[in-house]
Amino acid sequence: MEVQEHKFKVIGTRPIRHDGVDKVTGRAKYGADISLPGMLHGRVLRSPHAHARIKSIDTSAALALPGVKAVLTSEDFPKLAAGVVAMGELPMNPRYLSMNLMAQDKVLYDGHAVAAVAATSSHIAEEAVKLIKVEYELLPHVQNVLDAMKDNAPILLPELRTSGTPEKSDKETNIASQLRFARGDLEAGFKAAAVVVEHEFDTAMVHQGYIEPHNAVAQYNTDGQTTIWTSTQGAFTARDQCALALDIPASSIKVVPAEIGGGFGGKIGIYLEPLALLLSKKTGKPVKLIMSRADVLRATGPTSGSHIRVKMGANKAGKITAAQVWMAYEAGAFPGSPVGAGCMTALAPYDLENLQIDGFDVLVNKPKTAAYRAPGSTNAAMGTETVVDELAEKLGIDPLEFRRINGAKEGTAQPAGPKFPRIGFLETVEAIKNSPHYQSPQPKSGKGKLKGRGVASGFWFNAGFQSSATVNINTDGTASVVTGSTDIGGTRASCAMIAAEVLGLKAEEVHPVVADTESIGHTDMTGGSRVTFATGYAVYEAAQDAVNQLKQRAATLWKAKPEEVVYQDGAVSRTTNGNESMTLKELAGKLPRAGGPVAGRASVNPRGVGPAFATHVVDVEVDPETGKVEILRYTATQDVGKAVHPSYVEGQMQGAVAQGVGWALNEEYFYDEKGTLRNAGFLDYRMPTCLDLPMIETILVEVPNPGHPIGVRGVGEVPIIPPPAAIANAIYRAVGVRMTELPMSPPRLCKAIAEKSAKK
Amino acid sequence: MANKVHVETTLNGEAVEFLCEPRQSLLEVLRDVLGFTGTKEGCLTGDCGACSVILDGRISCSCLVLGVEAQGKNIQTVEGLAQADKLHPLQQKFLEHAALQCGICTPGFLVAAKALLDRNPNPTEHEVRYGLAGNLCRCTGYDKIVRAVLDAAAVMQGR
Amino acid sequence: MHAITYESPKSLAQALSLLSATGEKGRLLAGGTDLLIQMRAGVRKPEQLIDAKSIPELQVLSFNSQDGLRVGAAVPCCRLIEDPAVRQHYPGLVEAAGLIGSVQIQSRCSLGGNLCNGSPAADTTPALIALGAVCHVASSKGTRTVAVEDFVVSPGRTVLQADELLVEFRIPAPKPHSADCYQRFIPRNEMDIAVVGVGAAVTLNGDTCTAARISLGAVAPTPLFAKEAGASLVGKPLNESTIAAAAALAQQIAVPITDMRGTAEYRKHMVGVLTRRVLTTAAERARAK
Repeated sequence: MEVQEHKFKVIGTRPIRHDGVDKVTGRAKYGADISLPGMLHGRVLRSPHAHARIKSIDTSAALALPGVKAVLTSEDFPKLAAGVVAMGELPMNPRYLSMNLMAQDKVLYDGHAVAAVAATSSHIAEEAVKLIKVEYELLPHVQNVLDAMKDNAPILLPELRTSGTPEKSDKETNIASQLRFARGDLEAGFKAAAVVVEHEFDTAMVHQGYIEPHNAVAQYNTDGQTTIWTSTQGAFTARDQCALALDIPASSIKVVPAEIGGGFGGKIGIYLEPLALLLSKKTGKPVKLIMSRADVLRATGPTSGSHIRVKMGANKAGKITAAQVWMAYEAGAFPGSPVGAGCMTALAPYDLENLQIDGFDVLVNKPKTAAYRAPGSTNAAMGTETVVDELAEKLGIDPLEFRRINGAKEGTAQPAGPKFPRIGFLETVEAIKNSPHYQSPQPKSGKGKLKGRGVASGFWFNAGFQSSATVNINTDGTASVVTGSTDIGGTRASCAMIAAEVLGLKAEEVHPVVADTESIGHTDMTGGSRVTFATGYAVYEAAQDAVNQLKQRAATLWKAKPEEVVYQDGAVSRTTNGNESMTLKELAGKLPRAGGPVAGRASVNPRGVGPAFATHVVDVEVDPETGKVEILRYTATQDVGKAVHPSYVEGQMQGAVAQGVGWALNEEYFYDEKGTLRNAGFLDYRMPTCLDLPMIETILVEVPNPGHPIGVRGVGEVPIIPPPAAIANAIYRAVGVRMTELPMSPPRLCKAIAEKSAKK
Repeated sequence: MANKVHVETTLNGEAVEFLCEPRQSLLEVLRDVLGFTGTKEGCLTGDCGACSVILDGRISCSCLVLGVEAQGKNIQTVEGLAQADKLHPLQQKFLEHAALQCGICTPGFLVAAKALLDRNPNPTEHEVRYGLAGNLCRCTGYDKIVRAVLDAAAVMQGR
Repeated sequence: MHAITYESPKSLAQALSLLSATGEKGRLLAGGTDLLIQMRAGVRKPEQLIDAKSIPELQVLSFNSQDGLRVGAAVPCCRLIEDPAVRQHYPGLVEAAGLIGSVQIQSRCSLGGNLCNGSPAADTTPALIALGAVCHVASSKGTRTVAVEDFVVSPGRTVLQADELLVEFRIPAPKPHSADCYQRFIPRNEMDIAVVGVGAAVTLNGDTCTAARISLGAVAPTPLFAKEAGASLVGKPLNESTIAAAAALAQQIAVPITDMRGTAEYRKHMVGVLTRRVLTTAAERARAK
């Protein structure tokens, strides 16, 4: 496969996105905007307790309220056996999926769904939910990952046994699984070190924080077919999960993907769709469910809080001699934290001979965690990247130089074993080193305010998975591109641009469409930074298929052989047997006489995934009296492979940095001693506002991915990894305190500063 | 229906009347009664700005206004920004600067930015950031939004 | 939200008669930026909302140099913030009003609503206490006045009887060489509820402080008037040591809790930091006059 960058005419330009006008005029239809005749409105009753046995549920008063049409409890769900079903990035356990959708005998977290109501208005549904009487028997709860690992901890799932242990155990536990990567001789490595740094870290549970609450509208038909409109990251994934949870054929469900108001991984799983389906089935009417913001925070999405221990040593030359990482991640109420990804990514930017990484997936009485942008990796990097910074500092080596000495390159073995293909980590380090930001003088501390600069790096694998695409040639010589990939941040544009590049059209002449589950071949979810890579790959192949068909059609018209026809710059021509040419527009008009319409098709499951690396630099200002941190300047650089639409690549980087800043400084799930989430709203779950951030400078480093025809690497996830560590390193430079807890909120930083001055 | 109230208001320059229950928010009325779904719900607590509308010249969260309070008022929503075939300069600049990703916060940002420029046609970057601090965006990191608003202001000032 | 009825009286008399008819079941609606959220959450359950915004007496905003400032209870904060006289004479009040929520919230929220909500963390309440503001309260039986520092009795509860409504605030005219300041601490730069808020107003005669009022928010069940802290400054110059001493007195009366907005220990610390900062700024402002 050859990447011929110089030839690109459309790739790398910045056309206006195709869905843009709909989104700036308010016409774009998100899930909550769907309205059907006779539609009912649903509400979900959620547990106020962190851990309790459900003794009884009395729905009679709710059902008696005028306007209430149906009430749903776990009795309405099929009882499923445990097991594991592979579903894209997510291994699914049908039993746990069902238990999370609707609590069965126990509620396992504050916000766990207990019942649902459908009524003629959302207000009536809300009143009805309050009339449902649930009798609970409170059970002791556990919310801290280390407490949950203890022998005497309250047990969430009595049936659970730890997988991945050297010896099979039959003990009740909250540890769902454990894993280890090890190589070399750790002890010898630490012995060879001139400096060893060791710290323990705690990171808080955080939420993806998409602005659009989860939603679903379902219309069940008496023929057993159901249509679901929902804002999901994967229509097919949503369909398959619904089928799994309800034990019905996937083909009985059509999922129509509505526009999606952000997801970041949190809208891959399902919460409302099966409830809407069952309520529609019970009532015979379309049913709409929308979560409140509090429900979103209490019951969906979060990514793991974690406890991480990092020990690393380096010799005088700055070479890392050994690295040991131990991490326990909160899974939430059911197995499935991203600790595996944490283990695989933690030390990946470095070429290491001696390492050991242990990971534990641990149940706690908090919502089931979901994917969140490079899941698992940001937690881990907070540990490893601050320890790397301290090693460099203690050895008197510039942190970027330290990365240059140790950095992974093509052929370096990853912690999990496989060797890297062509990657651009060192290129990102070089780019930051040469950036106007890093080249500018260190920020100077002013009166009362202390300033510092920090750097950190990150690695994310990116994903491939399955995608399908169709490229239809329109009668006027333009094209439409049909994919099954939810467009969460500009992938309609990138897919259209790839098709335009192949077809020799302008970006505006290709119309991208995101289709429902009956209108396109199977396509996995929008996640793993995979859409422009994998769906883009399918689009590339489908466009090539269309080109081949166009050549055949032209050959028919010219009574030539297809191989005599050349397709270039949006026109067919032949040089043998005469000198004829036709633009695509001319040819499109003649297709009816040349063998019929042209629809290129492709389905792919590409293997040549290009890993992504990022290196960031940040300047901060700390008010030592209050512990508050201001971000003064931020520059993110990343190996983006080939930026198809650079504006949206920059946008991915800037958005991820903003999320990373929130994670670093203020975002956290705050539970009280009863296990109730106390900040289930945007007032006290503090995501950055635009007054909290500066402009975010970006440098796109393009090391083309040899595994993709355009050179694309995934770009969406890796930029969230460095910010917390980079900010922690900058805080250290400002105030001399090594922060080991996220978020580095004002009270925590203030306390750390006070403790440091007390020691003096 | 006896508990519904008849309300007359002006929506994007057009006289509009509707019936609503007193407990229904202006957001709910706009979306569910009048079918103007461009205004979005993000939190229902006034913390995200996705439901921003201009109410008698003042930017407000329509989730914290009752539908009945719209009586005799003048409401502007995202649907009223464009003129017939021509986008408002803010809309155009949001597109040119790629100032949206998922787009759910975009209507609120556009309306808030319009209200800001109506009062302060030539804002500094800080004034833009302050003026839009009530609108949360989780996708963009705000960079391109702020640039789009500053650029739109320049264009509207003929610069 | 539960079902409600809605009235929009056009006069104070009409409002008072509605209120005396509904009693505990009625509640005044000003900007609604707290009330509607609380009703959705089921925290407050009034059956009738009486819209305060069309009552002329509650929309008064006037200043003169003898009587000072009159602010109707339902005047939206955006009007207050933009008013040239208020900006000139009461910068601390403008700071407080400008810190409530977003521009969107400030379009709707009011000093009256902020106070009647009864939150210990209300931003404008400490600013009003520092200025010595007085509430004018009316019912169908008559009128009375209440000092702002005496208005809130516990979180969410005030001295208002079921048939009473808050009409307006009267704020004394600023004396020569006097100034106020309000600061709060929040983790972000906008949108948050105060972790701690501190208001101060000082009057100088040359270098000597002749009057000082200090007030604290979010560190007790109600907003606090730190009387001793202010009194400690009277007759003294406002310098680093007198200010530090006043800040220490302010810290003594703070009885904060630990919650998702900060620990008790941190809040107590921040009372000291902010008291020093607001006194320093207020003194600078007073000297500049």
